Amino acid sequence: MNLFAMIGSMTVDALRETGRMANFSGRSAISWVLGPFYWRAFFAALGRIGFTSLPVVGLTAVFTGAALALNIYDGSLRFNAETFLPQILGVSIVRELGPVLAALMVAGRCSSAMAAEIGTMRVTEQIDAMSTLAVDPFKYLIAPRILATTLALPILVLVANIIGIYGGYLVAVYALDFSGPVFITNLADFLTVRDVVTGLLKAAVFGFLIAVMGCYYGYRSRGGAQGVGAATRTAVVAGAVAVLASNYFMTSLFVET
Amino acid sequence: MTKANHTLSVRDLHKSFDGKQVLRGVDFDIDTGRSLVIIGGSGTGKSVLLKCILGLLKPDRGTVEVNGRNIAKQTTADQKYMTGQSGMLFQGSALFDSLRVWENVAFRLLNAEKKSRKIAREKAIDCLTQVGLAPEVADLQPSALSGGMQKRVSLARAIASDPQILFFDEPTTGLDPIMADVINNLIVDRVKALGATAISITHDMASARKIADEIAMLYQGRIIWRGTPDQIDNSGNPMVDQFVHGRAEGPIQMTLRKT
Repeated sequence: MNLFAMIGSMTVDALRETGRMANFSGRSAISWVLGPFYWRAFFAALGRIGFTSLPVVGLTAVFTGAALALNIYDGSLRFNAETFLPQILGVSIVRELGPVLAALMVAGRCSSAMAAEIGTMRVTEQIDAMSTLAVDPFKYLIAPRILATTLALPILVLVANIIGIYGGYLVAVYALDFSGPVFITNLADFLTVRDVVTGLLKAAVFGFLIAVMGCYYGYRSRGGAQGVGAATRTAVVAGAVAVLASNYFMTSLFVET
Repeated sequence: MTKANHTLSVRDLHKSFDGKQVLRGVDFDIDTGRSLVIIGGSGTGKSVLLKCILGLLKPDRGTVEVNGRNIAKQTTADQKYMTGQSGMLFQGSALFDSLRVWENVAFRLLNAEKKSRKIAREKAIDCLTQVGLAPEVADLQPSALSGGMQKRVSLARAIASDPQILFFDEPTTGLDPIMADVINNLIVDRVKALGATAISITHDMASARKIADEIAMLYQGRIIWRGTPDQIDNSGNPMVDQFVHGRAEGPIQMTLRKT
């Protein structure tokens, strides 16, 4: 096969995969509207994805906030701007680090779990069994998980924002001799509702993408344990890349407008 | 045109995967209340045939008529019609490992028929009793059960909605001979009790003789012989003879690579 044919073939494959994924996402969205919607499966997914991810997201946020405070202080000291630490810390966490880091942790934790669980169900014929029992596996397995992740991630990010800023606050007040009340006043005066809302909107999109990747690769897995392993690996990588790429596009959209 | 007493009619069914032809024109009918067992070696397309009938795979060509309605195009309405008529016991049981035993048995009642959890649980326990399992099993996870018990739970799940057509995919594979016979007896008993039409696929001849009213052999994507269990030992078909007696020598050649 010559080089051009290879590039052409890869392009066609990539477009085909993108089309399948878009179809998969659209089918999920239609399922939310047309129903039946399986509330029990939805709340189970919400608990698994949202509540049980809190510790890992919280730990990530507190250490990131603390390290970020040290870096901002050290960098801004060079041009005597260290008093802006609360403002820079707040904007960095709320707009960028909170949503992205929480999403990456959830991608690692939940996207892989979804791909492995659904993939195992696929290769052990549980999904076929569900079809024979007059229940659409897409509506029972996929749609509730995607909606749950889309709704859970903004809540997780809100918590991560608070914990991350608190991590920075602890370092600023106890290690860098900032005044606690001044830190909070400066932060509150500077941060806008728009900063917070755009971060949460990003989080919802990240949640949707992470869940689509996890469910899509799990649903399409074939060939036993090796197939499920490959699906899990691909789901995590694709989820993380989707988060980082979409973050850039959304940031450029929010910054320009 | 399908005769009135045929619950299921399959005509000229073809299916291929990546250019490899698996089904090459399968034809058969099953009368209401009869049990047909399809035998054949590994890789002859038995599972593919069952999945095409059930609507899990779309055939390339041919028709599948259930009570006179062609469902081969597999529209949403066709699938709904088929799943409304049928129950299936899977080879590996295919129990949902995140749900308790009774939730598995009552899965259709809870999620498709929207029965209350109380009614669904009562029905599930009744079905478990019908397959010889104690009510205490209802609250266990499937992973806590032996292979034989999992098959029984899978059978209970298949019969929970009183289907007209029952499908059995290798019902005795992986079981010891005694447990296999217990499952065979349960299949015969439940099929008769429901008055259902049954299609089974297996390569276990003891199972086939026990549960079949008729046996058909699938070879190279076609039905090559059909008869009663009494006729199979004198089928006059060398391929059927070779399969029934499990001989390596004969017209059916297994491709073995010599090292």
